[in-house]
Amino acid sequence: MASRFVAFTSLGRKALPNQYDLIAFALIFGVFVAMAQVSGGLTLPIAAPESTAISLDYGHLPYYALRTTLRMFAAIAASLVFTFVYATLAAKSAHAALVLVPLLDVLQSVPILGFLAFTVTFFLGLFPGSILGVECAAVFAIFTSQAWNMAFSFYQSLRNVPRDLIEVSRGFQLSSWQRFWQLEAPFAMPALIWNMMMSMSGGWFFVVASEAIAVGDTTINLPGIGSYLAVAIEHRRIDAVIAAIVAVFVVILAYDQFLFRPLVAFGARFRVELSAGQNVEKSWVAQVFARTHWLRVLMRGPAQILKAISLLRLELPGRHRALSQQNPRLSRVMDALWLILIALAALWASWLIVDYVRQELSWADLGQSVLYTLFTMARVIALMILATLLWVPVGVWIGLRPALAEKVQPLAQFLAAFPANVIFPVAVVLILKFSLNPDIWLSFLIVFGTQWYILFNVIAGASAFPNDLKEAVANFRIRGWDWWRSVIIPAIFPYYVTGALTASGGSWNAAIVAEYVKWGDDTISAHGIGAYIAKATADGDYPKIVLGVAVMSIFVIMFNRLLWRPLFGLAEKRLRLD
Amino acid sequence: MLDANARTSRDAKLPLLEVKNVSQNYLTGSGEKGPAVLDNVSLSLKPDEIVGLLGRSGCGKSSLLRIVAGLARPAGGDVSYLGQPVDGPVDGVAMVFQSFALFPWLSVLANVELGLRAKRIPQAEARRRALKAIDLIGLDGFESAFPKELSGGMRQRVGFARALVVHPNILLMDEPFSALDVLTAETLRTDLLDLWVEGRMPIKSILMVTHNIEEAVLMCDRIIVLASNPGRIAAEIHVGLQHPRNRLDPEFRQLVDKIYALMTKRAEPAPHGRESVFPGLGLAMALPRISTNTLAGMIEEIAAEPYLGRADLPALADSLQMEIDELFPVGETLQLLRFAEIEEGDIKLTPAGRRFADAEVDVRKKLFGDHLLAYLPLAARIRLVLDDRPTHTARAIRFLGELEDYMSEEYAERTLKSVVNWGRYGELFAYDEASETFSLENPQ
Repeated sequence: MASRFVAFTSLGRKALPNQYDLIAFALIFGVFVAMAQVSGGLTLPIAAPESTAISLDYGHLPYYALRTTLRMFAAIAASLVFTFVYATLAAKSAHAALVLVPLLDVLQSVPILGFLAFTVTFFLGLFPGSILGVECAAVFAIFTSQAWNMAFSFYQSLRNVPRDLIEVSRGFQLSSWQRFWQLEAPFAMPALIWNMMMSMSGGWFFVVASEAIAVGDTTINLPGIGSYLAVAIEHRRIDAVIAAIVAVFVVILAYDQFLFRPLVAFGARFRVELSAGQNVEKSWVAQVFARTHWLRVLMRGPAQILKAISLLRLELPGRHRALSQQNPRLSRVMDALWLILIALAALWASWLIVDYVRQELSWADLGQSVLYTLFTMARVIALMILATLLWVPVGVWIGLRPALAEKVQPLAQFLAAFPANVIFPVAVVLILKFSLNPDIWLSFLIVFGTQWYILFNVIAGASAFPNDLKEAVANFRIRGWDWWRSVIIPAIFPYYVTGALTASGGSWNAAIVAEYVKWGDDTISAHGIGAYIAKATADGDYPKIVLGVAVMSIFVIMFNRLLWRPLFGLAEKRLRLD
Repeated sequence: MLDANARTSRDAKLPLLEVKNVSQNYLTGSGEKGPAVLDNVSLSLKPDEIVGLLGRSGCGKSSLLRIVAGLARPAGGDVSYLGQPVDGPVDGVAMVFQSFALFPWLSVLANVELGLRAKRIPQAEARRRALKAIDLIGLDGFESAFPKELSGGMRQRVGFARALVVHPNILLMDEPFSALDVLTAETLRTDLLDLWVEGRMPIKSILMVTHNIEEAVLMCDRIIVLASNPGRIAAEIHVGLQHPRNRLDPEFRQLVDKIYALMTKRAEPAPHGRESVFPGLGLAMALPRISTNTLAGMIEEIAAEPYLGRADLPALADSLQMEIDELFPVGETLQLLRFAEIEEGDIKLTPAGRRFADAEVDVRKKLFGDHLLAYLPLAARIRLVLDDRPTHTARAIRFLGELEDYMSEEYAERTLKSVVNWGRYGELFAYDEASETFSLENPQ
């Protein structure tokens, strides 16, 4: 009897849901309910008063936060699809790569925020009269802040798939579809997840900027935290601004815990490395789900279906080609023709832009925009130097103390994710109160959100400084300036460059928002291309927007090519510690 | 499970695989056809035999294996499997990789099943066959483990199971044991041979690439020795020994010695005007990456007890724990620089080599530098250019470009790096890594 009793309980224990099931179910149903709540508001006609009226009542904030979050996820889903298609095409076809890769490079540098006016007009035309059009415009704005990064990371992963794994999949004659899901996508997963996280942070900045859109005379407020903030600014309600800041804080914390920690823990298994990693990513949410009984049984069905889909052959007829050897001369001619075609298309596109701008604007406008871009560039450079001087010593100090670094690092990453433009109104209030010079004091807003990238990368670099080198340094008593110059700066340099590159890119984008800030009826603006674009957007002056964005893009691209690329090359070649 | 007798009786005459006059070329820096990797190689694989492709790195043995597997296309010649031309990966040929090449995100079971599932074999059937293969190869109990949890030996077992589960006629192995430590490699070899001898593996033949002479003699029925620059068949040796073979058996030792002698034989007086041991002539010589410490250490080792200037290569390999892939390039570099001579499986120091062994550091460096100038055309050329120019500097890219006319980008870079290192040791010139410039001055 005893043995049967044991058998019964163990069977019973297995069949019953355990406490983890309960937690997991609560989480899942919470998400469902939230989605049902939100989806009702999506298709309202634009004229309906509840569609765009924003109440500053704190009680509405959770709903607004949900709407904003949903927008973020819609954008990230779109970015994923874009990434898979675009990067795969670029990696698989040499001809496509010739166009797609430089295009991506440029897109990364274009301050899409400047184009908000155009995209809103476009999407409003696509869904006339419905709020869906504005939703799409907002989602598109977020999308543009995420997609390029992700696509680039995915493209690079695809190019670096280990050769022997490719040979295995070819040996087993995996079809392209199978190879994508069995080899390429998993291999790219860790980098992609990391980039998604980073992009999501960038996305917050855009969602705040794009929910409340005023183009010329039309002002549309999409229900969301960004609009709440905009309305709070309009009404000079500092308490509401603070409430919005808290709401953003909570939402970022929630998606970090519920989505990205589990994802990172999940992604760790796709890392191609010889031995089990030393620092294992942990996530309590992932652990809860791993310990559930019912849920795991329930998930088995969908998992099987996904697996079956990933193993479909899905071959395009006629694409089953053996190893072919191309005639080198013929393919070179094709390459040349293709290049000429691209060059013609690029020329035509530039002509279109010049022609459009020329109709309304004169050379003086061009000169002005270049001058303003120089102002903004001076601002970006000065602030980057300041941020470097401040955060490099701090980051090194923290990074060399592992216990401290472990606590500070998540905080720095969190601050990087926090949309700095939420804080801007507070800065404006201060500037107004003390009547400070906006040309100087608004500049700080440019790096306000992006300086954290420098901090957490430097911390990472200093933490990675090898222990035996530390001991050697102590042994030879290298101290003071010598220590900075020949030990720690070279050691953290590759990390610093990574952080500074991200920070500088973000700063250019931030300039559009940071140089032109409102508080109620007061507008503070600095002299710079960001303010130029922002003002043109507010006035609905399209040619000026195009001119401003084009000039700024050119500067950003030059900045990246002439400064960051060489530094990156130096870091890669000379200063790697492994 | 096939009975060993049944295997031999039927279709013993018909080759499973035919390789006819296959040649292959490197791609040079500009993507043009470069020097040959494989030159007119023909071989055939019959049922029920293990054939070894033996050669050092750069002899094209891995290229040949990939051509056979349908993973690469030869520049000339034909490969046919069961009479059908191979123009892409074929069913019935499966490969085991040196690096294991497991999918780190798939469990052992999923790794083994992958080849079957990709071919739309029903899940139940795939599972049954995978479990059987896992059982056969001794991985029972590890089904749900992930590759990174396993030791190297266990990982390679997964590699074997994954190849066997598709029931290939031919099993290709690309140096399957060379990434493992000595003990693990031996266990795995023995297990594999046991399965083979007992006929328990669902395969007909094995074609394996190795650079380990003893491994080849231990496992193969036929050893095809490939010579380098370009890769071509130098000899074919039948191994008549019964399994299990004993490494200490005199016959075994004799065979090993014979192959050593074969592989170190001086290239016949230059069919195409070649005289060097490395691919290419003069400037076009592709050099291996060997540190001057290794060269000096080898000279000292040969000069000292018990060799006293003349060493038997198998014995030397054994005592230094070096594979021929490491040992031969060292010996050949010494030979190129006239510090040693290799003949009949022995390496012998020249008078210069003996002087080097006895000398102090500065004298050694001078001697080394002199020999570099005298016997290494590329070193002489760099020095000449530096001496000629009033600035006494030259960009590396200039020499790299010249090298790339003869060899692939990768080889050109490796060759230049070797010359830089050797030249620095011989104090022929200085080299600044940051500006990639040769000069005659020492850095300030």
